[in-house]
Amino acid sequence: MKPVLEVLDLVKQYPGVRAVDGVSFEIAAGSCFGLLGPNGAGKTTTVEIMEGVTEPTAGRVLYHGEPLGKRFRDEAGIQFQKTALQEFLTVRETLQMFRRLYPRGRDVDELIVLCALEQVVDRDNRKLSGGQLQRLLLAIALVNDPQVLFLDEPTTGLDPQARHNFWDLIRAIKAEQRTVLLTTHYMEEAYFLCDVVAIMDHGRIIAEGPPSRLLKEHFDDVVLELPRDEFRVDPAKFPLPVLTAADRVEILTADVEQALRALLDHGVPLRHLRIRPRNLEDLFLELTGRELRT
Amino acid sequence: MNPRRLFAVWHARNLEFLRDRSTLVFNFVLPLALVVAFAVIFGGQPRNLMDIGVITAPGATLDAGLHPFLGTRYVDFHRVEAADLDAAIRAVERHQSALLLDLRGAPGYWVNADSPNGYLAEKLLLASARDAVRQPVSGAAVGYVDWLLPGILGMNMMFSCLFGVGYVVVRYRKSGFLRRLSATPVTALEFGAAQILSRLALTVSVTTLVYAVLALLVPFRNDGSVFLLFATAVLGAICMISLGFMVAARFSSEELANGFINLVSWPMMLLSGVWFSLESAPPWLRMAAETLPLTQMLQAARAIMLDGAGILDVLPRLATLLAMTAVFLGIAAAGFRWRAA
Repeated sequence: MKPVLEVLDLVKQYPGVRAVDGVSFEIAAGSCFGLLGPNGAGKTTTVEIMEGVTEPTAGRVLYHGEPLGKRFRDEAGIQFQKTALQEFLTVRETLQMFRRLYPRGRDVDELIVLCALEQVVDRDNRKLSGGQLQRLLLAIALVNDPQVLFLDEPTTGLDPQARHNFWDLIRAIKAEQRTVLLTTHYMEEAYFLCDVVAIMDHGRIIAEGPPSRLLKEHFDDVVLELPRDEFRVDPAKFPLPVLTAADRVEILTADVEQALRALLDHGVPLRHLRIRPRNLEDLFLELTGRELRT
Repeated sequence: MNPRRLFAVWHARNLEFLRDRSTLVFNFVLPLALVVAFAVIFGGQPRNLMDIGVITAPGATLDAGLHPFLGTRYVDFHRVEAADLDAAIRAVERHQSALLLDLRGAPGYWVNADSPNGYLAEKLLLASARDAVRQPVSGAAVGYVDWLLPGILGMNMMFSCLFGVGYVVVRYRKSGFLRRLSATPVTALEFGAAQILSRLALTVSVTTLVYAVLALLVPFRNDGSVFLLFATAVLGAICMISLGFMVAARFSSEELANGFINLVSWPMMLLSGVWFSLESAPPWLRMAAETLPLTQMLQAARAIMLDGAGILDVLPRLATLLAMTAVFLGIAAAGFRWRAA
């Protein structure tokens, strides 16, 4: 199937920093594509070039095989990472204003129900909670009934309930065969929503594919988790690599039986042992490193 | 230009302004309070100091040596250049000047017999210059409030136009709202037109309302057409809003925009004749003042209200306002930016 969006050799050079350094990928119709990466990896710049609000230094973005133009503007829905809205306007008035900017789109009342805004429809924008504001921004992104939806870190700062509520909304939109591009810091979110993810670092894509395939390609081991106070062994003397966290230790192994034998040999109680497969967060940290980004 | 999109942005901006009560009240109350205060202070009573204009031969000093009358105490004598004779005679007609004395040859003078100060000044003059040639003029008095009212309304319009568009557009840009709009089909032209039309409607409505309330509270003079005055206000407002839009075309710092708006508003407040007439100012200063939109609007408004000027009389000033508008909008369009630097 022909891709909805094609990103070809994208480069964005700012004075002293190459924010995007030769990025290429495609997004298939009806799929959810996740762009992951640490702070400063170049995700937002890449997305903004794809949205047509930032000019690339080099490279192209094609929508249905054509450069971004009127069709793209009419058919794209965008939720920026940070968007201030007009003051003194209610939720309904804000939606009505954005709705009038498009020739076609969804009914405002329908959007209010879809994004669960019924309770706050007459409330001033400035008096919305974080979750309510994110749902309003999503509703604004949906006013033109978009074929392709850009969501840049839509759940950052939300509490778990609000985040899960937001995921349900995105899944409902995906069920309507819309194409979604999502950037996020939450690996669980990407795993839950995305058909394909691309991990970016230092302006480049360092891994791309369906999450389950990426995990299979990069990991053949599992993680054995034990409470730290029950693992009374010097990690240097243990035959397998041991990762020490605040309250637990993690042992990485492809041979569970051997690991269990080693634990029993060292007299480690197995009462609270947990075995889990490697997840997207492990992959993310493995590929991008554990040092803090600013 | 899509009217539906223009309406959407225009309507949203109107709601934002109308619900921002503090700003709305300030826009309405400030000019009202200023004019009423001046009416109380200056209204009705003639000023104590008598003002007399004097035309002399070049180089002569205004003292009793030139003519004994110039030694009269409690009278403010000021020099009038020959080139400004018409304006000085008009001041006598309007009772703003008690008398105009010509000492270039045999003494002559212009006086308005209906002016109390003119009557007194003439008596004083004839005591020392019995043979001075009298040239009577006529005209109703123009009180300070009559003269000041267009200035205060114009100044309020100026602040409303400059800050109401300039500051708001910069705030939209800084907050990222403009960037959000840039991702919709709305064009810069539609956005700009919506801002200008919104502010125009609000400024002209507020000014009209203040004008109407003042007409009830403080009787003032308007010898000209109310419609022509309204058209002048509309053109002046469009011009000053365009100036505000030009200043706001690129900046994303409210402080910087504030500084630049002050940079254009203060010269207008001082030089455009809001508080005092520039008729006796040096020619270069008057030339500089002519480049300011508020000067053009106020001169036209005062000509209409105080002299009963018609459309042909004020046409050059209205055309100047239109030309300035085109220049400001052209620069704004060339430099407009959706997002913060």
